[in-house]
Amino acid sequence: MSLEFAFDLLLALAMVWSAWRSLYATRLDRAIVMFIAFGLLMALAWTRLLAPDIGLAEAAIGAGLTGALLLDAYGALQRKKI
Amino acid sequence: MKRLLVVLGAVCLVVLLLGAMHDLAPASVELHAAVATNLTASGVEHPVTAVLLNFRGYDTLLEIAVLLLALIVILAIGMDATISAEATVDVRPLVNPVLQTLAKLVVPLMILVAVYLLWAGSFRPGGAFQAGAVLAAAAVLLHLAELLPSWQSPGVKLRLGLAGGFLIFLAVGAVSLMQGALLEYPLEQAGALILLIESGLTVSLGLILAGLFLLLSRDDGETS
Repeated sequence: MSLEFAFDLLLALAMVWSAWRSLYATRLDRAIVMFIAFGLLMALAWTRLLAPDIGLAEAAIGAGLTGALLLDAYGALQRKKI
Repeated sequence: MKRLLVVLGAVCLVVLLLGAMHDLAPASVELHAAVATNLTASGVEHPVTAVLLNFRGYDTLLEIAVLLLALIVILAIGMDATISAEATVDVRPLVNPVLQTLAKLVVPLMILVAVYLLWAGSFRPGGAFQAGAVLAAAAVLLHLAELLPSWQSPGVKLRLGLAGGFLIFLAVGAVSLMQGALLEYPLEQAGALILLIESGLTVSLGLILAGLFLLLSRDDGETS
């Protein structure tokens, strides 16, 4: 088993795991953090698939901007509750 | 029992999908070779940029139009939120000085990275969308560090910046339509025209993506 294959396998497993955790997290903030982690892993996966363009966009938009928006929405929800 | 059925259905679907993936027919049109042979005529050296801004420029034009439309809709439905934003008293918690200093250090570097990505787009992975996303991330970071207030009501300059990329793209399209086909650049000026469009797109995309954040976060007062 080559090193590259091992890395790909690890990446795929980590992606499925983080996606699962972000869907089934009991706390909303943990779900958001897992979603951001999933976005970063997705960017790595795109780079491994020889599409660094999509990887860059995924890291910036998928993980960065969407994550910031979700965290902002979470903060707004928390403030409403108090 | 119900759970078992669901799991069974999911497993069947996975098997079917794997089977479909296994005997996938080869692509009927060999686009890879077509792009490679026409790359010299596109004005750029990177195939992805050539496809996005030359061969399929129409798609990119519509893409930026859709993004602009999304932002206009946000502006339209978010107007009534301004009253509540003004009514809230300024009771911000203490600003984190570490975050502010870090933001001040990092944002110039982010702008540099954005310009590099824009420039690199012509010969290696990069381009307007990635550069715009980095610019937007810089604006969001400034806003979260409370160095940049949220956009209460966009002025003329901001509106021009938001629409500018699309307008430049549309103008190039209109000129090329008068001289021949839509978005068919003359060979000598193709590189310069693509760079012009990409520069406009970078600024506009950065502002639009940042606007999705900065216009929405004015709801219930400032984001703390």
